[in-house]
Amino acid sequence: MKALLPHPLLSAGLLIMWLLMQQTVKPGPALVGAVVAVLGGWAFALLRPDTVRVRRLGAILRLARHVAVDVIRSNLGVAQVILFRRKDRRSGFVRIQLALRDPQALAVLAVILTATPGTAWLEFDSEEGWLLLHVLDLIDEASWARIVQERYEEPLMEIFQ
Amino acid sequence: MSHAADLPLWAALPVAALLLLGAGLALAGSIGLLSLRSFYERLHAPTIATSCGMAFILLASMIFFSVLQSRLVVHEVLIGILLLVTMPVTLMLVGRAALHRDRLEGSPEVPSEPSPPEDRPS
Repeated sequence: MKALLPHPLLSAGLLIMWLLMQQTVKPGPALVGAVVAVLGGWAFALLRPDTVRVRRLGAILRLARHVAVDVIRSNLGVAQVILFRRKDRRSGFVRIQLALRDPQALAVLAVILTATPGTAWLEFDSEEGWLLLHVLDLIDEASWARIVQERYEEPLMEIFQ
Repeated sequence: MSHAADLPLWAALPVAALLLLGAGLALAGSIGLLSLRSFYERLHAPTIATSCGMAFILLASMIFFSVLQSRLVVHEVLIGILLLVTMPVTLMLVGRAALHRDRLEGSPEVPSEPSPPEDRPS
């Protein structure tokens, strides 16, 4: 089983994606999808031997809720900034110290921060863990650092450690 | 393929509202791309279209086709996932290129290399 499906979650994801694209569960397309899923799992095993362990469904749900709320809120915020120009708005760079080192967790954090309008991930120093962000509507640096660390980094540490 | 006029009113209203909302947000993002002042500020504008703008339009599409074909049509989710996963790559590439150039030119607005000044005696 392990030899056939070295990465079962990835293979399952590929199969679901294939079936969604075909929009059918007829045996023919499903069989092709299963072959694609198995081959994809093998190809991935060649690339990166260490498997990702994802745990704690509760932390995942909490993170998803935070992200959904923040994405909607920041969408409205950025639309407001663009449509009604405020004179006192200032944008700027924020440097945040992260304890997160797992590459997968950092990738998820990058997706979150870029999907949230108003924050752009610019640079990450993987040795010392400094993250450079650009924030469109910067009120104070410390609160941004706290938001990233408490709302995103903590649940990510829980999920990926 | 059936026509949009066959759509019952209870489904047409949310579809229209979601489409307008999504398109409006995407428009706001495009206006921002034109009107914001610095390059780093303009980086933020298109992300409106790729987050909520995209989500609303895809949701409208899912409702529209699910009701018209009276079966669940959810493969739009794939567009959302692929867009979400690939967007940071471009954004980071463009952002880091700008940062690199600004540092080479010695622009005063851009923070210097990593390692904050208070931690390291220079």
